[in-house]
Parts: sequence; C-alpha cells; structure tokens
Amino acid sequence: MAGMTPSDGSVFGGGGSNADFKKGLNKIYTWYTIGFLAFVLLLGIAEQMGMGRAMIGYVFLGATVLLYAGIGVMSRTNDAAEYYVAGRRVPAMYNGMATGSDWMSAASFIGMAGTLYLTGYGGLAFIMGWTGGYCLVALFLAPYLRKFGQFTIPDFLGARYDGNLPRFLGILAAILVSFVYVVAQIYGVGLITTRLAGVPFEIGIFLGLAGILVCSFLGGMRAVTWTQVAQYIILIIAYMIPVVWLSVKQTGVPIPQLIYGQQLEKVTAKEAELIKDPKELEVRAIFKARADALGEKLKDVPAALAADKAAAEQKVAELKAANAPAPEIAAAEKALAAVPKDAEAAKKAWTAQRAGATARSNPLANMPRHAQQFAGNPDGDEKARAAFDTSRRNFLALIFCLMVGTAALPHILMRFYTTPSVKQARESVTWSLFFIFLLYFTAPALAVLVKYEIFSVLVGTPFDQLPAWIASWAKVDATLLSVTDVNKDGIFQLAEMTIGGDIIVLATPEIGGLPYVISGMVAAGGLAAALSTADGLLLTIANALSHDLYYKMIDPNAPASRRVAISKALLLIVALAAAYVAAQKPADILFLVGAAFSFAAAAFFPALTLGIFWKRANKAGACVGMVLGLGVTFYYMVTTQPWLRGVFGVTSPVELWYGIAPISAGVFGVPLGFAAIILVSLVTPAPRKDIQELIDHVRYPTLRGDTMNTQSS
Amino acid sequence: MQLTESHKQYWSKNVRMTGILLAIWFIVTFVVGYYARDLSFNFFGWPFSFWVGAQGALVAYVLIIAYYAHYMNNLDKEYDCAEVEED
Repeated sequence: MAGMTPSDGSVFGGGGSNADFKKGLNKIYTWYTIGFLAFVLLLGIAEQMGMGRAMIGYVFLGATVLLYAGIGVMSRTNDAAEYYVAGRRVPAMYNGMATGSDWMSAASFIGMAGTLYLTGYGGLAFIMGWTGGYCLVALFLAPYLRKFGQFTIPDFLGARYDGNLPRFLGILAAILVSFVYVVAQIYGVGLITTRLAGVPFEIGIFLGLAGILVCSFLGGMRAVTWTQVAQYIILIIAYMIPVVWLSVKQTGVPIPQLIYGQQLEKVTAKEAELIKDPKELEVRAIFKARADALGEKLKDVPAALAADKAAAEQKVAELKAANAPAPEIAAAEKALAAVPKDAEAAKKAWTAQRAGATARSNPLANMPRHAQQFAGNPDGDEKARAAFDTSRRNFLALIFCLMVGTAALPHILMRFYTTPSVKQARESVTWSLFFIFLLYFTAPALAVLVKYEIFSVLVGTPFDQLPAWIASWAKVDATLLSVTDVNKDGIFQLAEMTIGGDIIVLATPEIGGLPYVISGMVAAGGLAAALSTADGLLLTIANALSHDLYYKMIDPNAPASRRVAISKALLLIVALAAAYVAAQKPADILFLVGAAFSFAAAAFFPALTLGIFWKRANKAGACVGMVLGLGVTFYYMVTTQPWLRGVFGVTSPVELWYGIAPISAGVFGVPLGFAAIILVSLVTPAPRKDIQELIDHVRYPTLRGDTMNTQSS
Repeated sequence: MQLTESHKQYWSKNVRMTGILLAIWFIVTFVVGYYARDLSFNFFGWPFSFWVGAQGALVAYVLIIAYYAHYMNNLDKEYDCAEVEED
C-alpha cells in the first residue's frame, strides 16, 4: 500500500503503527479542544473589559481561518495516496468526525433549526432524511467501496461496469451534483463573513475561498480530513452552548433534548390561544384587507396604476405648494419613484405583495401548528382530505429522496475509502452518524425553545420594550427580520413580525441573553460547517476531472505527481468558477441544494447497489439506468419548478405527478433507474467472468485464494 | 475462483441481516411516518410520531448501523474473512 509508507515526518502523516498514530491524534485534538475553549474564554474576558463587537468578529474570523490554513500547511503532500485518500490510515472515529463536518453544511448548521421553527413537524423530513440515509450507506455501500479500495466513485462504476462510458456518466453526475452543492456553500461562507466582519459580500466570498483553498490545495484529502475534524469540534461546541443555555433559562434542566417535550406542550397550548386572540385577529384582518385591495387593483392593472401614479404626483405637488418640510417632500418623491414603471411590472409587484399579505393574514404568522402532522384533515371534507393526502405523500417522498441522495453523494462516499480497513469503514459509518446525530437531535429542541421564547416572552411586549437583538438584526437585513406595529396599539403581536429561518441559529445567543462572544462563536461554527463541506466538494470535483477523466480516460501513463498537480490546478479553476456563480447570488439556492440530492439519488444509487448485490447487472443496464434515472428527474424538475421553467423557457402548464413537489423528483428517477438496469441487463449478456470475480472480491473483506487481493490496495 | 460453501453461507447471512435491518429502518421511517396523525398520543410531552421523527428514529438509525458493524465484524471472524490489521 503506497500510502502506508510515510512520505514525510509531519504530524498528520507521520510514521509508526496505526495505534501510535491514533494515540497521537487523540492527544492533538484533546489539546486543540482545550485550546479552543480557552480562546473563547479569553475573548469573553476581553469583551467584559470593553473589547468591541467588530473586533471580536475579526478575531474569530481570522483565528479560525488561520487555524485551518495552518493544518493545511502542515498536511501538505504530493503523494497520490495521501492526496486522494489521506493514506488510508484515518481511524474510524476521526473519519466519523470528518464525515460529520463534511456532511453538515451551512444548510444544516444555520438553516435547519430555522426550517423546523417555520414548518414544525414538516421540517422533520430533513432530520430523518439526512440521518436515515446513513443506514443505506452502512448496509449497501461503505464496506464494499472500502474493499474495492480505489480513489473515486466513478472508479467503481468504471471497474464494475467494465468501461469508460459508465465512468464518464459517473463523472458527469458527480460534477453536476457537487458543483450545485458547492455554490450553495460558498454563498453561505459569503453571508457569514459579511455578518461577522462587516465586509462586502463579494470580498467575504473570496476571503472564505482562500481558507478553503489553502487547505484542499496543499494537502488534498489528507489536509481536508484533519481540518474537517478540527471544524467538527468547533461547530458542535458552537451549536450546543446556546441551546443548553436557553434550556437552563426556560426549564432549569441543562439537557434540552430530554426536556423540550414540556416546552412543546406549552407552545401548543399557546398556539391555541394565539389563534383566537382578538389582537392577533385584528392584525390579520388588516392584512386581509390589504390583500383584497391589491386583488381589486389586479383586476384592472392599467387603470389602478394610472390612479396610483396620479395620487403620488398630486401628493408631491401638494406638499411642495404648501412648503412642507424637506424630509416629507423627499419621502413623497421616493413613494412616487417606487410606483411601478409599467403595467407588466405593476402586475408582478402587486401579485407578490398580495401573496405576502395573504400569507400574513393566516393564523400564527402563516406557520402550521408546531406539533401537527401534515396539513388538511383526513376526516374532513373532500378538499381537506386531499390536502392531507398530498401533504403526507410529499413528506414521505422528501424523506425518501434525501435518504437515498445521502447514500449517493460522491463526497460522502469517497470518505469511506480513507479508513485503514473494511472493519473500520463499517465502524466509521456508526461514528459518522453518531456525530451527525448530536447536532440533528438538538436542532428540533432549539426550534421549540426559540418558539417558546417568542410566543410567550415576546408576544404582548410593548414595542418600546422589545429586546435589542430585534432592532440589531432588523438593521442587518430587513428581509430576515422585520417588526412593525401594524394595528398601532403599541403592543407586539405575532402577526406583526416576519422572520427568516436563517437567523434563528445565529440569533439564539442574543435571544438567550448571552454575551456577544458566543454569537461570534456560533458564526465561526457556521463558517466551519460551510468551509468543511466546500472542501470535500471541491476535492470531489477536482478528483473526478484529474483522476477519472484525465488519468483513467485520457492519459493512463501520467505519473502520479502530474496527476496531483493537475488536480490542484483544476481545484483552483473550479473554486473560482463556483465563487463566481455564488457572487451572482443565484435565485432559489436552497432548491438547488435539495435538487442535488434528487440528482445524486437517481444517478448513483441504483447502479452502485445493484453493482454490489446483483452479479447479473451489466454495462448496458447501468448506462441506460443512469441516463434514464437522471433524465426523468431532470425532466420533472424542469417542467415543474418555477425558476427552472424560466431558465429553460418551459411554457406548458405545470402538471404535477401525484402532487409531488419538484424537489422530490428523485422519487420517480430512483425506481425507474432500478427497473431500467434490471430489464436491460436481463436482455443483454451477463458480465465477463473477471467482473464477476471483482464482485466476489468486493463482498468479502478477505477472500482466501482471491487473485485480486494483492492489486487492490 | 470458485466460492466455497462457507463463503456462500457468509454472504447469505449478510444479506439476511441487511434485509432485517432494512425492514426496521423502513418501519421506523415510513410506516410511522404514514400513520403519524394517528400516532399522536402523548409521549413524555411530545406527540409520539413527532418524538419518533425528532429523536426516536435517529436513535434507531444509530443502533441499526452499530449493530450491523458489530454483527459483520463477528461474522468475518467466524467465517475466516477478517482482514489482518496492522494493530
């Protein structure tokens, strides 16, 4: 095994036995954790002594990025096995941590608790989907891929399905999936650095990019692995502290996961009150009236637009004639400028405004009741029954796509090539899920605790006594948080607030009344989550291009050092391209992340699992299955998702199959992929004998008399 | 090469265990999910199906994977398929 020979004497690739290596790691990361806590403590003391908020933000941003860069420099390598699979000596537990932070992206860290806050039970699809998928990884893929023991997922497809066409389809799908996903991560990095350090969004992106690159660029998988372990430790500490604090504050018990059932009961009781509360009804009636007024205007857009314009012009003229104070005139002129330019623009703006007002006229600020499973009512009239069925079907379909997609994401599967053995690959899936589990079973608790805080502490507070965090976040971005006294009673009602899911986690320390240093730590945790995922994804793309496309398909005689050099160059290009796309702030980025799961599920899962569990599956079957699975998923999304319809200019009416939302398109692609592989394989010849032997080789950790034993590792 | 009877037995045991664990995974996720509205009796404060979605299913997933790793590592030894590890 090439990677077993230590290529240099550095900490993360040093010589000695695996046991010594593991002991060394334990020591390093224990000290690292203590060091991080001491660092936070010191900053906390500095804050008490008067250190400014901006300074704390800078120090956190600078210190963590420098730390990751430092690990990157220490782990630099040009050795192929070190660069691609970290020398295959990552112990199970550490691979679990690295997989955990590779897996948990900005969406998990920042977005998930917010989604749960806004959607209640419906959001649990993400919790179950993004953890249950690891059962499929463990049962169907990880140990077998480790035994196969090459470098990438297209490697497996190319070897098992005998040829460059399956490998090439694998490369295409891996790049499609990973690129979509990496753009979202870099976007997240930009958002956090902007918040943390106050730099412009574009500069934030490139700052974060530097942190990503110095790591994956210098040391490939080895550097990425050890940085990801460091990032996991930061992100889990950052996530836990505010939740535990909030739990102690509300219930006196420091284990929020055990106790939030009580809080959920209280939230449910409060919801019933708020739905009937006369003040809430008053605010909602105002929004209903606004929506109705906009509906009237939309009936005859040109006339309404002309009337609006005339009224605004008249107001300006009146104010000017009456010599009103300058700010009033400026405000009126601004209102005039804000009148839509033409009927087309007016229709668009008013439709959006009407949708917004209609949503806010719904009970509980348009959130479903937190503990209620599915919309509609199975015992109600026909409409309620249909709503219930569709909602339940979509919930289950989303779980299915997220789970199967998890078990097919190349950057996750690749991690299981890095353990020393099949046994450790199996154990490492357990550790991975355990480390992911720690965050995922905390997120629903966080959502309920924050909801309790808002429902029972905030609602009913006079406007001039609202806590400071509301004003400070509203100033950061009014689309994320805004409060206005709609019914002018001076008291805060739930319907008077709009809140974006993305700020729930970031604002929790302030909601709980913790010092600013904890807010800085949470932002650093979010940054760690986004950077670690981006690292893994960029590496996957660069490897697919350099290893699979260049080395395996174009120039099989290329020396290892040139392959690594090419991979590094490609990494740089892909990273810059992703940063460029992210800087355009593409619409519907969250949809794209979800779409990546459906694509991965449809493209990879059937071909990979049948490749291991069914010897009869052959090249023709796999190619047809991958193309059809991916094709139907893509087709369904393009014809049903509004943003993609716009991009591809689809104008035919939207036809949902069984009412399934576009994000879950994989629910059609996966079964079709399986069916196609099976049918086509059965009508074409069985794979050659050496391929069948490869399957046996993969199935047994050690196979006595197996001729492939020597060449595998 | 030709697989021995013992090898075939190892594989069929593996497939059987995979099937059993997959069935548990399916029940916890999709059966409980399908009947979520009917399973909302109070469970330490949570409606039962809410608790399963937020915690119970996750614990079950971790246990499924941990048990599979344990079972297979033993099976490897029993059928002489285990790898020789360095340490």
